[in-house]
Order: sequence, then C-alpha cells, then structure tokens
Amino acid sequence: MLNNIYNIFFIPEIFLACSSFVCLLFGLFLKKNAFRQTSNLAVFVLLLTILLVYYDSESNFANYKSLFSHSSFINFFKILALLGSIASIIISKDYFLGIKLKNFEIPILFLFSTLGMMLMIASNNLMSMYLAIELQSLSLYVAAAIKRDSISSAESGVKYFILGALSSGILLYGFSLIYGFTGSMNFDDISFYLSKYDNLNLGLIFGLVFVMVGLAFKVSAVPFHMWTPDVYEGAPNSITGFFAIVPKIAAVALIYRFCLVPFENFYLEWSQIILFLSIASMFLGAIAAIAQSNIKRLLAYSSIGHIGYILIALVAANDDGIKAVSIYMFSYMIMNVAIFAILLSLKVKNEYLINISDLKGLSKSNPIVSLSISIIMLSMAGIPPFIGFFGKLYVFIAAIEQELYVLSVLGVLASVISAFYYLRIIKIMYFDESKSEGIINFQISFQSKIILSLSLFLIICFIFYPSLLINISASLTI
Amino acid sequence: MIDWPLVSVIIFLPLIGALIILFIKEDELTSTNIKWAALLATLGTFILSLILWLQFDYSNPSYQYEEKFRWFDDFNFFYHVGVDGISLFMILLSTFLTPLCILASWNNIKKRVKEYMLSFLFLETVMIGMFASIDILLFYIFFEAVLIPMYLIIGIWGGNRRIYASFKFFLYTLLGSVLMLIAIIVMYRNTSSMSIEFLQGNYFSYNTQLFLWLAFFASFAVKIPMWPFHTWLPDAHVEAPTAGSVILAGVLLKMGGYGFIRFSLGMLPEATEFFIPLIMTLSIVAIVYTSLVALAQTDIKKLIAYSSVAHMGIVTIGIFLVNQQGLEGAMMQMISHGLVSAALFLCVGVIYDRMHTREIEFYGGLVQRMPLYATVFMIFMLGSVGLPGTSGFIGEFLVIVGAFKFSSYVVIGAAFGIILSAVYMLYLYKRIIFGTITNNKLADILDINTREKIILIPLAISVILLGIFPNLFLDPMRLSLELIITNYEIANAK
Repeated sequence: MLNNIYNIFFIPEIFLACSSFVCLLFGLFLKKNAFRQTSNLAVFVLLLTILLVYYDSESNFANYKSLFSHSSFINFFKILALLGSIASIIISKDYFLGIKLKNFEIPILFLFSTLGMMLMIASNNLMSMYLAIELQSLSLYVAAAIKRDSISSAESGVKYFILGALSSGILLYGFSLIYGFTGSMNFDDISFYLSKYDNLNLGLIFGLVFVMVGLAFKVSAVPFHMWTPDVYEGAPNSITGFFAIVPKIAAVALIYRFCLVPFENFYLEWSQIILFLSIASMFLGAIAAIAQSNIKRLLAYSSIGHIGYILIALVAANDDGIKAVSIYMFSYMIMNVAIFAILLSLKVKNEYLINISDLKGLSKSNPIVSLSISIIMLSMAGIPPFIGFFGKLYVFIAAIEQELYVLSVLGVLASVISAFYYLRIIKIMYFDESKSEGIINFQISFQSKIILSLSLFLIICFIFYPSLLINISASLTI
Repeated sequence: MIDWPLVSVIIFLPLIGALIILFIKEDELTSTNIKWAALLATLGTFILSLILWLQFDYSNPSYQYEEKFRWFDDFNFFYHVGVDGISLFMILLSTFLTPLCILASWNNIKKRVKEYMLSFLFLETVMIGMFASIDILLFYIFFEAVLIPMYLIIGIWGGNRRIYASFKFFLYTLLGSVLMLIAIIVMYRNTSSMSIEFLQGNYFSYNTQLFLWLAFFASFAVKIPMWPFHTWLPDAHVEAPTAGSVILAGVLLKMGGYGFIRFSLGMLPEATEFFIPLIMTLSIVAIVYTSLVALAQTDIKKLIAYSSVAHMGIVTIGIFLVNQQGLEGAMMQMISHGLVSAALFLCVGVIYDRMHTREIEFYGGLVQRMPLYATVFMIFMLGSVGLPGTSGFIGEFLVIVGAFKFSSYVVIGAAFGIILSAVYMLYLYKRIIFGTITNNKLADILDINTREKIILIPLAISVILLGIFPNLFLDPMRLSLELIITNYEIANAK
C-alpha cells in the first residue's frame, strides 16, 4: 500500500465509521423511502468493509500502539460478524416495513454496533475493549427499544440497558483491578508481566473473576443469562434476529481472546469458571427451552445452550478448540440466519408468528418452509448430516484432545435433552393435525430468499465439502 | 471385477430417486407417479445390490469394492466404503425389504405420499451407507441420520400414540449413540485413524477398552435392543405404520448386531472377553423374560415386537460366543429374523388394512375365509419358531451348537427361550387363524390380493431358501467372520 495519508480510509474500521456517518447524512436528507435506501446503502458499506478486511489481512497498519491487534482469528470473526450483520439487515428489511417501523436510523444503529463489534474482536487493550463493548452495547440498547410505542419493546430495551450497564460496571471494576495489579492495560504487557509469576495474587484473581462475569453477561452464559429471553421476547423480531446472530460472534471472539492472550498461562484459574459456565449453560439452555411456547424465548434458550458448547472448546484451550469455535460460530450464524429469515416472513392471521403452536399445519400449507425449518432444527440439535453436527463434532474433538471426558459426556447428554425441544417444533408442524389451514402466510422478498437458500444450502451441503471451511479455520491463530 | 463405483451408486441411487420425487408436485393424480418413482428407485437399488452378491469374491475376507476419498483435510476422515462378507447380507436385506415396504404402503398411505416416499428413500440410502461404511465417522453419521426418517415415519403415519412412540424412539436411541460419538473420538485420538479395517487390531489399553466398550454397548444395546433397554421397541413397533415396523424389525435392529460384531468384537477384544458374562446374562434374561411377556400380549404387533427382542437375544448370545458356529448362527439369525419378522409385520398389516384392529381377540377362524393368507402366515410363523427347513432353524441351531462350547447353562436358557417362542407363536396362530369365525365382521374378509402376493411370496421363498441352502449365505461371510475370530483370539491369547 502506498504511503499516503488517504490510505487511512482503507482501514476497515475507519472506513466503516466514516461510511456510517455518510449513511446517517444520506438517510437524513432523503425524503421518501429513507429506510429502504439507507438499508441498501448499509449493506453495500458492509460488503465493502468485508473486502477491506479480507485484503487488509496482511497489513499491520492500524494497531494504534497496540490498542488493537491483528491475526487470522480476528479477521475470521470480523468477517463472520460482518456477514451476519449483512444477512440480518437484508432479512429484516421487509419486516420493518411490515410493522411500519421505518426509522432510517435502524440500519445506522446496526452499522455502529457492527463497528463496535469489529473493534471488540480486534481489541488488544482493556481500555479499547471496554470502549468497543460500550459502542456496540449502546447501539443495541437503542435498537431493542426502537419500537417506542410498544411497551414490551421499551421494557426489553430498558432491561437490557440496566443489566448491560451493571455488567459493564462489573467489567470495568475487574479491569481496574487488573490494571492496578499488573500496571498495564495492554494484553501483551499483562501477559508478559504475568509470565514472571507462577500463580495469580488475590487481587488479580478478583479482577479476573469480575471480568469473567462481565463477559459471561455479554455472551449470555448461565447464570448471567437472565436478560436474554426477556430481551429476545420484547424486542421486535428483526432486532431479535440481529441480537441472536451478530453480537454473540463478537462476544465469543472477545472472551476467547481475553482468556487466551493475557491470561494464557493461568489456564487453571479461568478454566474453572468457564467450565462451570459451560455446563450450566448447556443444561439450563436445554431444560428451560422445553417449557417455552414463544419461539423467540425458545431461540434465546437455544442460543444459551449453544454458548455452552462454544465454551467447552474454550476450556479445551488448544488449537483444535480455536478450530472448533470458528466452525461452531459459523454454523451457529448460518442456522440463526436461516431460522430468522423464515420467522421474519411468516405471518399468522396478518400478525408475525410468535407462538410455536401457530406453526401447526404448516407442513400442509407450506411444505417447503416446514421442511426447511425441520432441517434447521435438526441441524441445531446436532443431528448429522447437517452442519450443526460438525460444529459439535469439532468441539468434542477439541475437548477429548484435552482429556475432558466428563465434560464431553455431559455435553452430549445435554444435546440429547435439547434434541427434545427441537423435535417438538417438527412435531408441531408435521404430527399435529390442524383444523384451520391456510392461515399461515409465507411472504419473502427476493433478497431474503437468496440469503435463506444460501444458508440452507450451506447447512445441507457442508457435509459434501467440509474442507473449505475447515482449512480456513485450521489456519487461524489467535 | 467392477471398475465403476458400484457401492456408491447403490448408496445414493435411492437419494437420487428422492430428489426426483421432491420435484414432482403432489396431487391426486401424481401420487401414483410418486409411488412408481419410489418403487423403481428401490428396485433398481435391489438389482444393483444383487450384482454386488454375484461378483463377490468368496475367498477374500476383507473389504471388496472399496472406494476411498479424502473427506476432511485436517483429520484422517475418509469417504471410505466397501463391502465384506458381514455387510453384504445386511445391505441385501435393506435393499430387498425397502421395495417391499413401498409396495406394502401402496394403498394404505393416503396422506402425504410424497413425504412418505421421501422418508423411505432417504432411510434406504442411510441404511445402506451405514452398512457399507469403512470409516467410523461416516458410519456414525449414517447411524444417527437413520433417526430422522424413522422419527417422521412413526410420527406422521403412525397410530394413536405415535407422538409418544416417536419421541421415545428418537431420544432413547440418540442417548445411546451420542456416547458412541465420544468413544469414536477417543479412538481417533489414540490411533489417528478412523478406518474400521485398521482399527480391527488390538490398539487400546485394557482400561481404555473397558470404557470404549461400555460406550459402544450403550448405543448398540439400545439399538438391537437388549433387555433392559428394549422398552422403546414395543411402542415404536406398535405405533409405526406397517412398512415402518418392517424396516424397524428387518434392518434397524440389525444395526446393533452389526455394530457388536464390527466394533466390540473387532476392535475391543479384551474388553469383550471381560464383559461376555454380562452379555450372556442379559441375553438369557431377555429371551426368557420377553418370551413370557409376549405370551401375555393382546396386540398382535406387540407380540411380534417382544418376540423380536427374544430373537435378538439369541443373536447377542451367538455374537459373544465368538466362535465360528456362534457368529455364523448369529448372522443367520439376523438375516432370518430380518425376513421373518418383516414378513410377520406385513401379515399383520394385511389384516389390519382390512379390519383396522390388531387385537388378537377380534380375529379367529381366518383360515375359513383366507386360506392363502393362512398358508403364508404359517410359513413365517414356523420360520419364527425355528422349524427345520426354515431360515429360523439354521440360526438357532448354529447358536446352540456354538453355545455348547461355552456353557451348558447358556444352552439351557437359549433352548428354553426357543421352546417358549414356539408356545407364543403357535398360540397366536391358533387364535387368529384356526377355529370357526365367531366375529361377524370377519364374515366377508377377502383373501390376499395380487399386490400382497407379490410382497409376501418372495419373502416366503427366501425364508425356505435360507432354510434349505444355508451355505448360499454362509459361504460369503465365512472368511470375514473367521478373520474377526482370529483377531479376537490373538488379542486375548497375549
């Protein structure tokens, strides 16, 4: 790259930040169709950002005195987050128009939140990490409450905000302890400082625990998961889709980097916490989802369960674990994009679908859609030959490499429990007889249809050529 | 030899049929087209699998028609399929029974014909793929994928309690098989290989073997099923539609026996030696207990379901005798049970289609109105009892001969079970077929029609063929079984 001052605009994050402002102005000056146009522009901007991330992968230009870091792992997750963001903007466009929520700020909020996530994934310093988390969270708080006239949306926004602020406070307290005891905010410096010691002193352990709690909140691991079902339920469906798909990617990448970069030598200290979070998330996710009648709450618990499996790979803390988490997150994103693309297009009596029991009889009126939902559900349950199975397979390979036999057995048992509620959805669609047929409408825009078909294609056909993704994920370094 | 990928073609032909059916729009008129397409795909598969048998090299104990492609770049997982003497007849059994199932559901499946045929074709692909896999991960994927179509078949087209039965079936067998996944990964970690062929040595330490053995046991004991893991079976059988029961009894139960031979005996010989008393005890309990339970049933399908558990008890005894007679007997018993119990379920289906009840009480004196049906039913009933001249005899006889080398207590248990099986089957036959018609509703019941003849007569012929010329089936599998026994003895002699 030429040594030119304008090259600064080719740094993905800076490009995205500037373009977001441009989008904001663009939306402001548009009179008609502001929402639709801004969304399209946002998708375009995100696509360009993916290109920049992809081509920027070798340069080391923008680390701002180690505030940010650069690695293949970071780039992979950045691209994943950007893809998820693009997909969720596209699939939610018609939904927003359908519920007459046409504020052009929504795609802008998504853009800023995505920017925050990219920074989160890349952050290499406690300070930049905190600021990035706040940037993405603040955008999300607003997004959750965007439907101002709806009490549930406002409630979910406020709930999310209060609990998020609390967890940020805890996180910040942990940061200050770590800073106080190591004298540095930089991940590498902390790691260097800690390498001189055999065990952590009490203050650092406290700091570590506080940070873990804050991060567990962000990935919604049990017992810090309480906000997830409520926020998922209250927010408009399309915002829920965004919540389910994108922020998890960034938070998972962050928790991985935080555990494996500054504290890599203190595996025993943090792995106990993660181990507990992982087991608790898997089982609570599996058991609590059984009783849900609201599809959004069910997906919330399902995502909690998935986080449990992802944390198994973190406990394994080896190269296979990094491979596993990237494959798992990819499959998680694909499956959630697919299911939300369907949910955002299903209408029951002119209302968007909420209750699982409304899916009754879908297999008669819409065989293709119900087949798709079944495939996604089976994939989420980890039944081969779909992509979800391979995510789980790699997680267990990583765990057994580390001789975590008990954890693996608990993991597969939880997956059997969770299979129950995924099967229940298939049961409702196929086994239950419905008297009222044809009340379910499936209207999907052309763009969402492409996203949906693409993700279904990946879910089904991953088995035929797994090496494409696996080679990428095998080369990742943290 | 054949230089084109025969095994892969056999595996994926039904799936191609399914893809074609997927694009036929279903309505009143095209549902016949869908049925024909399914029938042709399955018949084609059966004919191709006959080539597999005709071209089979009897003097080669290891895998034939091998195909191997790299599948994962980072681990040694291959798409590796092939056929040896053990899997040959399992594949033939699957390809033979599936067209019969399609025919059996020709008229009585009225709703969602398309989905039904799709499920069956997918099921066939998965079953054949499972028996043909040489890579364990591939095996596992097929092994678990079986659950999907079977869950749908029971749940959509089943009886009144179909939802309970389908969930029980799915979760029970899933619980067993996920433990196998862990065992497979542990095996891979120890040897860096997923090849069934390679792992049939003795590569694991004694303690590892014990844990691995238990994990595999969990999955196969549920599948086969052994007492006390059999409780899903009566529910699944009773609630499944006729063709579902046929496949369940005919092929899916054999997955357990096949797994025991391949994995427990082949890969974990020392642990197998340790656990033999456990298996023998469970098998004998299964044979005696489920035979007695069968005696008390009032539902025909349930009776046959329990008799399946008893027959599979003979199979597990035969497998874990680990001698030539025992293993050959177990294989014969599996094939025979696959044909006989499938045929019995089809026979039940015949009268169920006419009367819509499976209560034994309801029937009686069918021989007066359905002489042909009574004859065919008798052949299968005798096959199930194990009368000389039928397929059931060969298997039971060989197992008992083999068991004498092991322990006479086992022989007594097994023989007692065989006597009991004669009791409940003959008693069933007497109540349904003999006597005079007391129930007025049966007065104008029709004898089997042409379609049912086409289904039942090939089965009857093969049951008798198996009983008279057992060597036709024993010769191809003999060397493969000997290989397993030799490996087993070498491992345990150390």
